[in-house]
Amino acid sequence: MDYQVKLEIFEGPLDLLLHLIHKNEVDIFDIPIATITDQYLEYLDMMRALNVTVATDFLVMASTLVHIKSKMLLPDYEQGTDEEDPRVEITRPLLEYMNLKSAAEELAEREILQKDVFTRPLDRTLLDEVSKEGPEVEANIFQLITAFRRIIEEEQYETRLKIEAARWSVKEKTAYLVALLREKRSVYFREIFEGQLTISELIVTFLALLELVRAGMVRVFQPTQDRDIRLEAKFENQDDNNE
Amino acid sequence: MNRSLKLIVEALLFSSDRPLSPKEIRSWIPEATVSEVTSALQELVEEYEHLGRSFAIKEVAGGYQFRTHPMFAPFILSMLKTTPSRLSRAALETLAIVAYKQPILRQEIERLRGVDVGGILRSLMEKGLIRIVGRKNLPGRPLIYGTTKKFLEVFGLKDLNSLPKLKEIKELAGHEQETHQEKEDQESESKEAPIPSLSGPDNRPG
Repeated sequence: MDYQVKLEIFEGPLDLLLHLIHKNEVDIFDIPIATITDQYLEYLDMMRALNVTVATDFLVMASTLVHIKSKMLLPDYEQGTDEEDPRVEITRPLLEYMNLKSAAEELAEREILQKDVFTRPLDRTLLDEVSKEGPEVEANIFQLITAFRRIIEEEQYETRLKIEAARWSVKEKTAYLVALLREKRSVYFREIFEGQLTISELIVTFLALLELVRAGMVRVFQPTQDRDIRLEAKFENQDDNNE
Repeated sequence: MNRSLKLIVEALLFSSDRPLSPKEIRSWIPEATVSEVTSALQELVEEYEHLGRSFAIKEVAGGYQFRTHPMFAPFILSMLKTTPSRLSRAALETLAIVAYKQPILRQEIERLRGVDVGGILRSLMEKGLIRIVGRKNLPGRPLIYGTTKKFLEVFGLKDLNSLPKLKEIKELAGHEQETHQEKEDQESESKEAPIPSLSGPDNRPG
């Protein structure tokens, strides 16, 4: 079984180079390139021996180092001509990297929110209830039935119960409700039963309402448990569109 | 009016869960001017600083906010029963690069760090510390990254200009000029060149 290990300490080639520079206590502006290159390659060998996958970034840096080392050996550089120091190629990114490292450290040392400093929290779930005027809770079928029963009981329709032929159809009452809602857009549940005298008429009206709700033409909601249910038209008024 | 304005501003700051800017505050106090609000804020900042309480008003992310003193963090953390989520060194370095070099391409971040940063960028975006600010008009339309307002809030920064300056980069530029101009001075110059210490301070209190 092979184990793959990621060495956290040297996250990238620049990290490794910096470590070598600090370990050897050398000046970043005068890097002994031969020594550092040898140590760098040694470290890569060690990583391989440990079966650590060497990232390509490390190999690119290795080739850069070897390239610089070879340039340094050329007579041109040794004679001190105008040639730029070949080590600049690594010095510049190294310095930039060091600066950003110290910038990162400065960030880490700041007073960090929710770690060093804390602010005042606010419970927005409570706020929403205050800001809206009466939250609208969709009423379900049970709330509708409860409300319907209340109407029947309150008005004591039983006493007025007469036996009569079924004069009301659901279709008729649906048309009545649509007309009512088209006019008012929004009515109280109680309102749709106004002027109706018999239980059979009430029931048919109620059934018509359920039909409309099922068809998605009416929205039914109840602000609070003890408040009256409201009905709202969900269809467009064709008359309005024509105007 | 002056005294009551200050109290109104204080009440707003007290009941807010985010930093409030003078402009915002003014929008809720129509009879006051922005400069009146600003001076009320500054008076409040000073008053709370001198009160020596466990909290004070801090200027962050373009606004003002009540914040506790870092001294009390351990107690608050144990009350909240949490440990703060830590940013890894790699994440902090990447964040620092984005903060200082923004707007910046992923490719440029990778050149500076010398390693792939895809995963780190994603997690910094999830934390809401960095965001995509656009796409560069280059082949492949690469994404451009920048820091967010939340970054300023988390690190307690007024604005991006109040990031601590990167001194050393300027000194490097100066050094390079000298390398070209006066090669003889290079050695003595380089020995004095500052090297940011990566380890802690060497001298411990006796």
